Amino acid sequence: MRYTAKKIGTLVLTMVLVSLFVFLAFSLLSGDAATRMLGTEATPERLEALRAELGLDKPMGVRYVKWLGALLRGDMGTSYQYRLPVAQLIGERLRPTLTLTLMAFALIVVVSIPLGVVTAKYAGGFLDRTSTVLGQFLMSVPPFFTGILFTYIFGLVLHTFVPGAFPQWEDGAGRYFGYLFFPALSIALPRIAMTVRMLHGCILDEAQKDYVRTSMSRGRSRGNILYVHVLKNTLVPLVTFLAMTMAELVAGSVIIEQVFSVPGVGRLLISGIANRDAPVVQAVVTLVSFWVVVCNLAGDLIGRRIDPRLRTGEGGRS
Amino acid sequence: MKKHSHFLIAGLVLSALVFAFIILGWFWTPFDPMKMNGAVRESAPSLEHLMGTDKFGRDILSRVMKGSGFTLFVALGTVLIGTVAGTVIGALTGYFGGWLDEALMRIGDALSAFPSFLMALVLVSVFGAGRNHLLLALGIVFIPSYARIVRTEFARARNQNYVKSAKLMGASTARILFIHILPNIWPVLLSAITIGFNNAVLAEAAMSYLGIGVSPDEASLGYMLSDSQSYLAVTPWYALGSGLVIILLILGVGLIGEGLKRRDL
Repeated sequence: MRYTAKKIGTLVLTMVLVSLFVFLAFSLLSGDAATRMLGTEATPERLEALRAELGLDKPMGVRYVKWLGALLRGDMGTSYQYRLPVAQLIGERLRPTLTLTLMAFALIVVVSIPLGVVTAKYAGGFLDRTSTVLGQFLMSVPPFFTGILFTYIFGLVLHTFVPGAFPQWEDGAGRYFGYLFFPALSIALPRIAMTVRMLHGCILDEAQKDYVRTSMSRGRSRGNILYVHVLKNTLVPLVTFLAMTMAELVAGSVIIEQVFSVPGVGRLLISGIANRDAPVVQAVVTLVSFWVVVCNLAGDLIGRRIDPRLRTGEGGRS
Repeated sequence: MKKHSHFLIAGLVLSALVFAFIILGWFWTPFDPMKMNGAVRESAPSLEHLMGTDKFGRDILSRVMKGSGFTLFVALGTVLIGTVAGTVIGALTGYFGGWLDEALMRIGDALSAFPSFLMALVLVSVFGAGRNHLLLALGIVFIPSYARIVRTEFARARNQNYVKSAKLMGASTARILFIHILPNIWPVLLSAITIGFNNAVLAEAAMSYLGIGVSPDEASLGYMLSDSQSYLAVTPWYALGSGLVIILLILGVGLIGEGLKRRDL
């Protein structure tokens, strides 16, 4: 119980710090938000009026608390550039981003777990060495470059999809997922390489332990030990790693959405930053930090469910 | 130790080549990277133009050489800021401990869960465009990760005998921290630097790809990639040339890092 409380405390701190950081950063700029909206030729009176309307005339602390309070009630403010509620702007763009992230995550899990296990089982063999070299290479390719390559090969040469023409959900699930497959694969590839390497290392470390030798001496087969004991013990670090991956995929999505013209939250964030649209950026970044926190917490709780040993720490109670 | 040194060697050779290529670009390029030549517009790679030319007849190899110079500059600067500040903070907090250590590490923990790339995006938008601002933003964002690594090592070294005896001999704290302990954690720091360098290259490329923090006259590789995307159907070699240098740069340093890690095992 105490552990969970402490964990949640750290996570709440993450969200508060991130939101405070973004808020402070944008408060330093937003003085001229009114100027930007009205143009430099606006009269001082009109500027003052708009600042008052946006709440920019109040001290920063007051604004932060007010903003936080509104956010907790679900009110994210109004975008400077679109003049629309931020909640609505985000809501309209959430589906492609979530789909993209989840598809990438599914690809990572489906490809890297079997590959990690197989390369560890035949460590030092041809497959292992090939995957090490290939992995090192894949980790060096920026996802947005992979995205450009895919656009060229599958979009312009093979015509598998039409670059830039993002199909709506209503156009049919096949086309929707078909389009999002390429950006998802682009951000998944380097992560697959990382996950394989991580799992591979974990399994080999675990295989060095005494209980593996004991089991061997009792005549159990290598495969049996690997699948029954070793894998079970690598599950917890794997889950933690995957949770972190899930959290970081959002950052990858921000970039790849730009490459494939996916109308998602990432593009909203970029246009918000480019136009210094403080309410949009604050809301999106805070939302991302919430996502990060939830992923980490979920990874942690699942890990503790899998491995009872983690639950007995901290004074033996939980 | 000998078994895996081919990672290190391959990395060193590749990095030496790529760095030489980029540094050469600071002083000399085969053509003027900005000069437009209507006679050779959109020509595919040839002996004269090894990476072809773009829509305006500019030599892509020259542009890539110039552009990778910006990328390298930002990446090195970022690593420098991150390493120096991170080492000082990590050394002090790790060696002395106490409430400040506790507080800083809690904050570091909380922030490290958040993707650093997004943090840098926000910072750059505050600082404004320009490569020095980009460098500063990325540098600041990467400080906590270095500080954490260095702190752990210093906290471990604090109780070791060589530190205790140095203290008994009357060495000053600064001397213990930077003359006695620092050389001992060098291998760990070095592998953190290779990872940090690659993250910086990736972040810079991604940032300038998104068009945030760059001005067009400082066209770095990421900016060129984003530019090349508009002409992908006509001049695909433009994208390929810009991307290739990023990949080779990261691959080389990544191999060095991997080689160092395996050697230490």
